[in-house]
Amino acid sequence: MEHKQRSFYEEVRGEGTSRRDFLKFCTTMAAFLGLESSGVGQIVKALETKPRLPVIWFHFQECTCCSESFIRASHPIVATIVLDKISLDYQETLMAASGYQAEEAYKTVMAKHSGEYIVMVEGSIPTENEAYCCIGGRSALQILQEAAKNAMAVVAWGNCASAGCVQAAKPNPTGAKPVHKVISGKPVINVQGCPPIADVMAGVVVHLLTFGRIPQLDELNRPKAFYSRRVHDTCYRRANFDAGLFVESFDDEGAKKGYCLYKMGCKGPVTYNSCGIIKWNDGISYPIQSGHPCIGCSEEGFWDNGPFYQHLPSVAGFGIETTADKVGLGLGIATAVGVAGHAIVTNIRKHRELSNVPDKSSEIENPKV
Amino acid sequence: MRSRTIPMREVYVWELPVRMYHWVNMMCVIALCITGFIIGNPPAFMNGTEAYFNYWFGTVRFVHFIAAFLFFFNFIFRTYWGFAGNEFSRWTNFIPLKRSQWKEIVDVIKVDILQVTHQKIDSIGHNALASLVYFITFLIFLLQCLTGFGMYSAMSKSFLPKMFAWIVPVLGGDMGVRQLHHILMWGFIIFAIVHVYLVFYHDYIERRGVTSSMIGGWKFIEEDVVERHEAETGENTKC
Ligand code: HEM
Ligand code: HEM
Ligand code: SF4
Ligand code: SF4
Repeated sequence: MEHKQRSFYEEVRGEGTSRRDFLKFCTTMAAFLGLESSGVGQIVKALETKPRLPVIWFHFQECTCCSESFIRASHPIVATIVLDKISLDYQETLMAASGYQAEEAYKTVMAKHSGEYIVMVEGSIPTENEAYCCIGGRSALQILQEAAKNAMAVVAWGNCASAGCVQAAKPNPTGAKPVHKVISGKPVINVQGCPPIADVMAGVVVHLLTFGRIPQLDELNRPKAFYSRRVHDTCYRRANFDAGLFVESFDDEGAKKGYCLYKMGCKGPVTYNSCGIIKWNDGISYPIQSGHPCIGCSEEGFWDNGPFYQHLPSVAGFGIETTADKVGLGLGIATAVGVAGHAIVTNIRKHRELSNVPDKSSEIENPKV
Repeated sequence: MRSRTIPMREVYVWELPVRMYHWVNMMCVIALCITGFIIGNPPAFMNGTEAYFNYWFGTVRFVHFIAAFLFFFNFIFRTYWGFAGNEFSRWTNFIPLKRSQWKEIVDVIKVDILQVTHQKIDSIGHNALASLVYFITFLIFLLQCLTGFGMYSAMSKSFLPKMFAWIVPVLGGDMGVRQLHHILMWGFIIFAIVHVYLVFYHDYIERRGVTSSMIGGWKFIEEDVVERHEAETGENTKC
């Protein structure tokens, strides 16, 4: 492990990255993180001098799409960060070690870097029966709680670790819970999305590396730098939304003209993410740019807010495609019928009052009438 | 010619602020329901044009937000009037804390809803059941403002919507907030149907001039009811 002593900068230079590309990377990250221009210098300095960040990376109930997203980031420096700069002492998918060696690796980190290491989690944690997810004979819950105890912070990658994703969708057979619901007393950074955008993941890591503390978070513990605006607020189709020009079906004239996908169930107006700005695959495109509505993948419970291609979610208990409007209209009609019925009954039962004949019973109780 | 000879007295029940509140509220609710419904189900009547051509959906949303602010401040005003206004508009009418209020609620259900007995309900202002229903509607007003401003806080930097932003994480995100906001619209519609019907019903059955009481403020109340009320409150309302 001789590269431990070398600085990150030396490492990437050694791999053939020019200083120019290195600075470009630092500048991009500073921009993503919303730092002032002086922040670029801080990032450069940190990457040139700071020791590696010890990281334990767990995989629980998940599909590894967060890892996939991260390591496939087209920027080579991002990959270097994952593989070299943060010390992935334990990463079930990427590490070479297995069995006892692997267990040893993370126990060593916990012992040697107590209070300094970061726990990064992909996947939710089953609580209905802990046995639904076990590694090395211990349950996900035990492993996570033990590792989190002396961590500096916990990073929850993706919707699974942040909100439970599809495992936690109704009826949630395994009782899947996100990280922040099963540990306490540690800051949890929810890096939302299914998966999160690679550059967002890199940005969070760079922030931790540079400043040694967690970034500013919103009410749902998402880093504000990336999740403070809705997809809708930065969507290039927004002009069509304001103009009331909507795609009505996927192959209509409006779809060809690039109208707003609101009526196709676009969840952009209720989804906080950076897709409209940072975009995907090295900034090439994002779902809406490719003609598909946002499905709200960075929001809690997005699977239960479906169907995806419908503006309003279906109302639980009324079957799929039954929206609040259908239920409401039904109740409205029932009310109108009820009111009409009441009016008819009134004319029969209250005919005495109506024709000014005092009711016998009320005459006794109320001699005034 | 038919005529009725029960002695009635005119009683001033709804002061001008209550009446103003009521009609401003009604206009806001109608505007909010129409624009809200369009926001949820926009019609495709401009399709074929280009975006630079118009801004109608933006305008519909703008009207929704203007009406929303008016609705909110009007509601705040009515809450204030619940402490400053006359005995009929006081907040104590709306929350059934007294036994007598619960008794009257049962009576109203028997007389006006089930129509199994036909004695008269004596209350001069809102009857106890109506008051309870208005109290629930006030809570729905509040919830609608919470969810509405909660969504609005995403597109505003001003402090008022920000004060309501906490509702978003409580409901698990903007989607839940929007869903609740949309469902509550139907609550308003159903309330309005029943409410207008019952106003007309009471006017038809009791002939106290309930409908116009929200316009002019005065109701016709049977003399003995007024006298009993005066005896209870020790107040002489004659003028
Ligand atoms: C009588 C009261 C109200 C009714 C009936 C009503 C109804 C609605 C409806 C049906 C929607 C469409 C929801 C959807 O997208 O499916 C909506 C959207 C909205 N309403 Fe209201 N609303 C009311 C009051 C308010 C208030 C007090 C506010 C506070 C600012 C507000 C703010 C909003 C916002 C921000 C939206 C989302 C607009 C968008 O997505 O562009 N509403 N409303
Ligand atoms: C043409 C339509 C309407 C008419 C004729 C009307 C009439 C009235 C009348 C006569 C009262 C007094 C009832 C009583 O003495 O108990 C009243 C009270 C009330 N109405 Fe309406 N109303 C209308 C629409 C609405 C709408 C659309 C709403 C809101 C959704 C509404 C909300 C209320 C409330 C909250 C009260 C209680 C007033 C208070 O004490 O502040 N009304 N209305
Ligand atoms: S496509 Fe979606 S995110 Fe874009 S403007 Fe329309 S509703 Fe908003
Ligand atoms: S556009 Fe929406 S669904 Fe698609 S990746 Fe972005 S947040 Fe997720």
